[in-house]
Order: sequence, then C-alpha cells, then structure tokens
Amino acid sequence: MSHVAGPNAYNLRRDALIERLALFSLTGPALLLVATVMLVPVGWLFWLSFLNDAGGLSPEHYLRMLSQPSYERAFRATFEISFTTTAICILLGYPLAYVLSQLPRRAANICMIAVMLPFWTSLLVRTYAWLVLLQRQGIINTWGIKLGLWDAPLALVHNLNGTLIGMVHIMLPFLVLPVYASMRAIDPDYLKAAANLGASPTRAFWLVFLPLSLPGLLAGALIVFILCLGFYVTPAVLGGGKITMVANRIATDIELFFNWGAASSLGVVLFILTVMILYVASRLVRLERLLGGGDA
Amino acid sequence: MTRDAALPIAVRQLTKSYGTVQVLDAVDLDVHRGEFLTLLGPSGSGKTTLLMMLAGFVRPDCGSITFGEREVIRLEPHKRDVGMVFQNYALFPHMDVAANIAFPLKLRGVDRVETAKRVEQALELVKLGGYGARRIDQLSGGQRQRIALARAIVFEPRILLMDEPLSALDKQLREHMQIELRQLHERLGMTTVYVTHDQREALTMSDRIAVIDQGRIRQIDTPKTIYERPNNRFVAEFIGESTFVKVDVTSSGCTFNGIPLSLAAQPPQTGPHHLMIRPERLAILQRDPADDVNVLPAIVTAAIYQGDSVLVHASLSDGTMVSVRASASSQAPLVGDHLNLGLNAADTYLLPPEEGVQ
Repeated sequence: MSHVAGPNAYNLRRDALIERLALFSLTGPALLLVATVMLVPVGWLFWLSFLNDAGGLSPEHYLRMLSQPSYERAFRATFEISFTTTAICILLGYPLAYVLSQLPRRAANICMIAVMLPFWTSLLVRTYAWLVLLQRQGIINTWGIKLGLWDAPLALVHNLNGTLIGMVHIMLPFLVLPVYASMRAIDPDYLKAAANLGASPTRAFWLVFLPLSLPGLLAGALIVFILCLGFYVTPAVLGGGKITMVANRIATDIELFFNWGAASSLGVVLFILTVMILYVASRLVRLERLLGGGDA
Repeated sequence: MTRDAALPIAVRQLTKSYGTVQVLDAVDLDVHRGEFLTLLGPSGSGKTTLLMMLAGFVRPDCGSITFGEREVIRLEPHKRDVGMVFQNYALFPHMDVAANIAFPLKLRGVDRVETAKRVEQALELVKLGGYGARRIDQLSGGQRQRIALARAIVFEPRILLMDEPLSALDKQLREHMQIELRQLHERLGMTTVYVTHDQREALTMSDRIAVIDQGRIRQIDTPKTIYERPNNRFVAEFIGESTFVKVDVTSSGCTFNGIPLSLAAQPPQTGPHHLMIRPERLAILQRDPADDVNVLPAIVTAAIYQGDSVLVHASLSDGTMVSVRASASSQAPLVGDHLNLGLNAADTYLLPPEEGVQ
C-alpha cells in the first residue's frame, strides 16, 4: 500500500483503521469463549494423549491403537456407518429437496418447516422414540405382524439397522437444507433454455440441473458425514452395545477404564482424520467452482 | 439457410387469463416466412406471454399456433425446434462457451468433428471467433448476448425468438447490436419474433411491428406506417412523442379553434377529430410561409436545452400544449415569446375517431 500524502491523508487512514478494529472487536466475546472452552481443553487432551500411565512422555496410546484390532474395528465401523448414513441421506434427501424447490415458495416454506420440525425436539428424545417404535414389541413390529406383512418380529433395533435409521432421521435436514438452497438458486431460465435447445426434461436434469445443484449436494453430504463421525448417543442407544463407533469407544475408555490418555489419543486421531477429509473435500468443491458451477 | 427454409407462424384466437386478469385476448397474428416481426408494448401488455407460448413455456387457455403447416399448440418445448435468446441470456454457467453452443448439437446427435466446425462457424458469425474456451463469467454483457445468439442459431432453427435481448446492455452497445442483429437476420433469413418495450429499437429493426396493449394487438404494420399513421390514440402515444389537438371537420373543411387548416386528406367522417402533432414535424416560422403550411400561433412556456436541439414547449390558442424542436444553433426562443408554428399540410394526420374517446 502506498501512503498518499495529500490533505487529511493521515486522519482518513486512521479512521479506516479504527473502523476495521471496531468491526473486528465484535468477534471478541466469541473468540474468547472459543479460546477458553475449546482450544484450552483440546490442547490439554492433546497433551494427555502423549502421556503414559506413569506420567512420562510416550506414544504408547497411539501404538496401542495400531496393535489392538478393536481400535481398528471402531474406526472402520465409524467410517462405514458415516458413509452409509450419508449415502442414504443423499438418496432420500435429494429428491425431497428437488420437489421442495419446484413448489411455489409458500408451499415450500410450509414443507420446510416440516423438515425442520425434528430440530425442535431433543436428540435424546427422538432417539428413544425410535427405540419405542422399532423394538421387538414396538409399534412397527406389532402392526407388521398384525397386518400379516411378516411373521416373526424383525430385528430393527439394537443393531446396525436401528443405528442407521436413527442417524438418517437426525441427519436428513442437514442434507436437505443446503441442497434445497442451491436448487432454489438455479435460475428456471436455465431449464427453459435447455428445453428450448432440445433437451427432454430427463436430459435437462442430468445435463443442467444436477451439475448446478452439485455444490449444494457436496456441502450437505460433507456436513452429514462429518457430524456422523462424532456421533455418540444414537449408536449407543439404538445399537444396543453392538455398534462401537469411535465416540462410543472414547466413552468406554473414560467411564470404564478411566484412561484419559487412551480416550484423548482416539479424539486426536479422529480430529486429524476429519480435518484431512475437510481439506480433500474443500479441494473438490474448489475444483467444482473452477469448472464454473456454484455461485452463478 | 435460405429464406425458403424459414417457416411462417400463424396464431389464431390465442387466449390466456390468470384468474380475472386477461393476459391475451383472442390474439390473431401472422408472421410471414423470413420476416422480422417485433412485438412492442408496455410491461404487462402480454407480449412476453405471447412469445413464451410460441416457445411452449406457457400453456394457453385456447387457440392455435402453427409453424408452417404444423400445429404446435400442444407440442412440448424441446420438440418445437425454435431458437430462443433469453432476456438474461441463460447461458449455462457450468459449461464453457463452446460447450454452451455445442449443447443443442449434442442433443441432436451431431458428431464431434461436425460439432466443432459448426461451433466455430457460429462464433465467427457473432464475431467472437476463438472464444470457445472462455468461461461464461469471463464474458462481458455484450459478449454473453452474442454467445446466447450463437447458441440459438447454431442448430439452424427455422424460427428465432428473442425476448428483450438487448435490454441489459448500455445504450451505445444496444444501438450497435440492433444493427448487427438486423444484418444477421438479413444473412440467415429465419423467421424472427422479437419482443421489446423500446419503440426506437422496434422502429430500427423490424419489418413489421405489432403493438400490443392489454392482451390485444392494437395495430400491426410497417414501422413507417405505425409511426406516421397510427390507427388509434394508444399507438400514437406509445410510439414517439405526440400531442393531440382537437379539430372540427365539416364537409367544407377543417378548423382548429376557428383557424382553417389544410389537410393531406379529407377524412371520411365529419365532426370532432384529433389532429396528431409530432414535435419534429412542427417548425418555428421566421417569415411568411408557403400556401400549404398551416400557421398555428403559440406562446412559449419553456425552452429546454438538450444538446443537439432545444425542446420548446408552447401553448396554442386553445390552451393545448405542444412541443417543437428548435435548432440549438439558432437564436433560442424565450419564455413568453409569441411564435408562429408551421405544420405542412402533407404532415397532418387525423386519428380515426374511436368510440368512447373524446
């Protein structure tokens, strides 16, 4: 920046600086909060993960993670469940968002409230509600047998099925919202132009609508996937102890074994993996931008 | 593309209403083979709705549209084979320029080599040769307009529709593009329907203009006839500046506030009429005029300097306000001056009397 030396140049520059500082100071309280309740504990946990039981510096928790197959299983389960949940959310959420985006704005807003409704009740309540619905003597099995749809109670809960049902239910709005927003932003004239140039509705969808809604879909899928990685309550309740994701493993390490170091090291690894995924995904999205999608 | 390949359009009884609002009221319209026809009207007149019906995007309540011999009223948009330039261009942002132009060819199964050739030809045609690899957001408004045009004509449609394609451009570029579009039409010869609310644009570009108001075509004719001999007061007022002076027509002649006027033609009906006066047809008389010039005394109420001319507002003897353009170089009249305004008999035009209009 070249410093101009005209009349009032110094004062004008100072005014600009003060304005910028004043604006920045608005972030102060939030910054302070993040620093105290987030950075400090996370840093402390990070430190703990490198201490052995005797209090000496050692990588033993990380080495144990490599040597004990149960840890590998927990990570594998976490990624598989997160991936499956995300995939199901896309399959259910994308068509739903599409229908919403084609509705008149008023009707879409009402439907959107219905999509958001689950957010208004506690996650724990919703998870236990699923337990009531899905268990052997639950509403779904009782009615299914009464109506003759199936003979013996289906194993809908205390296993992977229940975990996935619960997680998809909780995650769906996180996918629908960004996808819906990106679809709303697509100028209807693009589809008219596609039709005018000879594209049937199906081809217009694949060639124009889908590519233009892709950034929103990617963002939604990413949010869902990352939230899934740290999920605890739903697998704990609906998995019936059979599903061990990393978060459950961390809880066990602390509650049962009081091993803060082991729990911390799990947290650190999960954190690093998440950051790596975010980084790769952000490169993908930027690539999308480069190809001309996104904000147009 | 030859003119014979272009298709004529026939619209019959085309009607559309949204609730109680009649958008189109049994419109009949013929667009000749290879003609450049402009739909001109104020916003909300139904001109865009009519164009969207030709493209197939709006479903009419009833009526008929034929392209050549073919009835298309129920045909889906993607089967109509008409080119269209949208108001906001609607270029696909996720494709580069070449992919945008190749889009209709790809859908028609044109092979890769042929596609590349025709894309480059289309780019040359709109004077943007070599722009194929550009991204859409790297283009200026005028360039986007040209690419949209290239995309609309690359598959050689026999009908081209344009929805206010120049409205987003600045004045200078707009006037330049008007001429270019017109030249392109002469070269390609496809039947063109052009929608605008800009009367100058319509006068500049069209073979014929259809003036639309409240869902009805008020007059359809050549630009010259529309301008000089409007059928009704709406057309006369919408196109160009005009003032109307009440005159009395008797079997022996025509008078304005007691002053006898010589007319270009004696109207068929007697009684009160409106004489249409365009500012550029009035002259400020400096000396005694020739015999066929009507003299209207007036008092100057305002003189506005406009660069190329001075716009003079003056009040006639019956109080009617008229405007007249004076050359900016001559001595400008001052407020309160008494003037004699001259109107050539050949330039007089009486509006046909309309029912319910005084």
